[in-house]
Amino acid sequence: MTDPVNNVTTRGMSHGLNRREFIASAMAAGMTLVAASSLYSKTAKAAEGEPKRGGHLKLGLQGGSATDILDPAKSQSQFTFVMNRNWGDTLVESHPENGTAIPALAESWESSADAATWTFKIRKGVQFHNGKEVTIDDVVKTLHRHTDEKSESGALGILKSITDIKDEGGDLVISLTEGNADLPLLLTDYHLVIQPGGGLDNPNAAIGTGPFKLKSFDPGVRATFEKNENDWRSDRGYVDSVEMIVMNDATARVAALSSGQVHFINRVDPKTVNLLKRAPMVEILQTSGRGHYVFIMHCDTAPFDNNDLRLALKYAMDRETMVQKILNGYGKVGNDFPINETYALFPEGIPQRTYDPDKAKFHYKKSGHDGSILLRTSDVAFPGAVDAAVLYQETAKKAGINIEIKREPGDGYWSNVWNVKPFCTSYWGGRPTQDQMYSTAYLSTADWNDTRFKREDFDKLLLAARAELDQEKRKEMYRKMALMVRDEGGLILPMFNDFLNASNKKMKGFVSDIGNDMSNGYVASRVWIEG
Amino acid sequence: MNTVMEDGKPRRRPLKQRYPLTVLILQRLGLSAGLLLAVSILIFGGVEALPGDFAQTYLGQSATPQAIANIRSQLGLERPVTTRYFEWLGNAVQGDFGKSWASGNSVSEQIGKRLGNSLFLAFCAAIISVPLAVGLGMLAVHFRNRVPDRIINIISLAAISLPEFFIGYLLILFFSVKFGVASFPATVYDGMSFADRLSAIALPTITLVFVVLAHMMRMTRAAIISVMSSAYMETAELKGLGAFKTIIRHAAPNAIAPIVNVVALNLAYLVVGVVVVEVVFVYPGMGQYMVDAVTVRDMPVVQACGLIFAAVYILLNMVADLIAIVANPKLRHPR
Repeated sequence: MTDPVNNVTTRGMSHGLNRREFIASAMAAGMTLVAASSLYSKTAKAAEGEPKRGGHLKLGLQGGSATDILDPAKSQSQFTFVMNRNWGDTLVESHPENGTAIPALAESWESSADAATWTFKIRKGVQFHNGKEVTIDDVVKTLHRHTDEKSESGALGILKSITDIKDEGGDLVISLTEGNADLPLLLTDYHLVIQPGGGLDNPNAAIGTGPFKLKSFDPGVRATFEKNENDWRSDRGYVDSVEMIVMNDATARVAALSSGQVHFINRVDPKTVNLLKRAPMVEILQTSGRGHYVFIMHCDTAPFDNNDLRLALKYAMDRETMVQKILNGYGKVGNDFPINETYALFPEGIPQRTYDPDKAKFHYKKSGHDGSILLRTSDVAFPGAVDAAVLYQETAKKAGINIEIKREPGDGYWSNVWNVKPFCTSYWGGRPTQDQMYSTAYLSTADWNDTRFKREDFDKLLLAARAELDQEKRKEMYRKMALMVRDEGGLILPMFNDFLNASNKKMKGFVSDIGNDMSNGYVASRVWIEG
Repeated sequence: MNTVMEDGKPRRRPLKQRYPLTVLILQRLGLSAGLLLAVSILIFGGVEALPGDFAQTYLGQSATPQAIANIRSQLGLERPVTTRYFEWLGNAVQGDFGKSWASGNSVSEQIGKRLGNSLFLAFCAAIISVPLAVGLGMLAVHFRNRVPDRIINIISLAAISLPEFFIGYLLILFFSVKFGVASFPATVYDGMSFADRLSAIALPTITLVFVVLAHMMRMTRAAIISVMSSAYMETAELKGLGAFKTIIRHAAPNAIAPIVNVVALNLAYLVVGVVVVEVVFVYPGMGQYMVDAVTVRDMPVVQACGLIFAAVYILLNMVADLIAIVANPKLRHPR
């Protein structure tokens, strides 16, 4: 059998080293990861040449809708995600290669020993597009608008532990109900764009401090931007103007890219990416993602309340074949816990669980279960979910486990099947931090604990890790938690899906940011156009 | 026009017989209003029946109970269905379609733009396809069962048999990707010149022409052939009427009804049913607008779009019926 991981990396960039290969070879040469990473960004720049300024950048993007709105608090779509990144800035950004917090509108920060009080120094001399300078007042009001009781902000969920936001001698001070070492990373959320006066007077003004000023916006159709000449940063915003066009049809995006009408498209279908690669002017951009496709069992419902049965079902999953067949190789195998190496403090060295019919047979026998197991699925669970279920049925059969597949209707799947029925297919998008991921779906009291994984010791560890400022200790805690979910949880996680974008070869400087799709939304401000 | 009854008292004939056309139009308009009301109830009920309300679907994965509650209370979603329906109806009757729940923009303003785009595309497609279809239909009759008839039939049937997105993709592949002569995507926006607009919609227009052509063409052909073979045409010929006069006086009035009906059906389709073509060509029309709204259960927008679509269908069908009646004396003076 071919090695999927290596196979994937060779599919990466068509020329030069990609990050993973580079780091792998650098590690072999005895360099540390940090040194390797920083060296990579230099070599990447050298390989692509110095950034050229000027030109008109056109993006064809899936995910825009007539219901899109400029108010960053209500941003929902992939399209407004990129728009917010164009015109606005957050207090903190995440490092594209290792995911740590790096300064943006906040210059620096420090926390109290229990990580429950945080002080941020706000950058001076930054101007909004309307010429006014960013003040601490704007920052405080912005955060208030996203966290107060009447807030309709999409960031409300991740900020609910905030008890107080105030201005102390020109610095921003945030108090939390409990310690949270990840607070700076939470402030990278794309909803939390700093607006003049907090955006209270006119939330839809799209006035920010970003590298581009909004010129026109037709929801679900198109948005145009021009360069912000007063940008406080010189290492971004290389093009003169940006045009974003909503293209929700995959074939339309591919046609627009291959006919040279746009420079960049998102959401390339893994099934057709090999055909697109043949187009002479096209480059495929692959980014490791945090999203994952899952098979979830309720740990508190028979027959899944038996850990041996859960282990049997985990060993009956052929992850490599899943990545090859369902993702066409554009993804990484999963290890039954929801974290991969794109998260900061990823616990390395946990052995990879592989397809093992003998072990599956052993645990199945030990569980004493008899008869077939009902798995519910639908193509809305994730692209190819029904095929994945059939594939799983086949590999489980070899271990003597009989899985019965029930195909459920797509509409209503998320309200009638997911988080309701004891065994079904589903997907998860990533979260900014490990803490967020575990708190959303693995804490006993979480609404979306879709595996009914209820363990007091796990909850305690989660809360302790949240407030732990010592990164080594914290990493060790996350390691324990990962092992608990992997060996005792109800999650079967065969694969993490990659983000697939494509660009015209004239577009240079794309950074495969591990934070999120489309260079974490910063695609327009990071790239430039060669002649 | 008064008839004298046997007892000598004059009796006015009922309105229906004195002004048949006016009464018919008024009747139809009244029926249409009733139909629109029914449609609005159906849409409202349909969206209500979909799983998840606006607050849930709009917030999606980032939904927290508090954010959902905030949105619900702001929009008054916790009130009973009937209250909300009648409130909406009361405003709509006064021409106020409200604001989109999702974007907060005025629905009428948004629809104005999108409907304009849809009508523009439909008009361009109709102005080409209707004369072409009728002309080709007549040509096919003229060369009935001979080579030109066969060719017209095969090509138009092939076009209708291919799904519209496939025709669209083929056109894009050849004319914009391979030869680079046509513009793609067909995104139109404010401030675009008329010539640019025309060039942008060239490919979608051709696609739509292909899609609707066969239906209208074949109906024209069938209608004329069936009329030509009827007994009264033979009689007209035998009594010595000229060919031209035969067609105008006897054939056309009888053939026009089915043709007009199928033309109306296709015109309505061009306005309301082209969401697939819109998506393929990235054209900002009504279809995509409504689909976006349904996805998040944005009721005011769904209602307004639904009513406009229903109105277009009803109106075009009514006009078709009227034309058929006016053109045909047999229908104009029913016994």
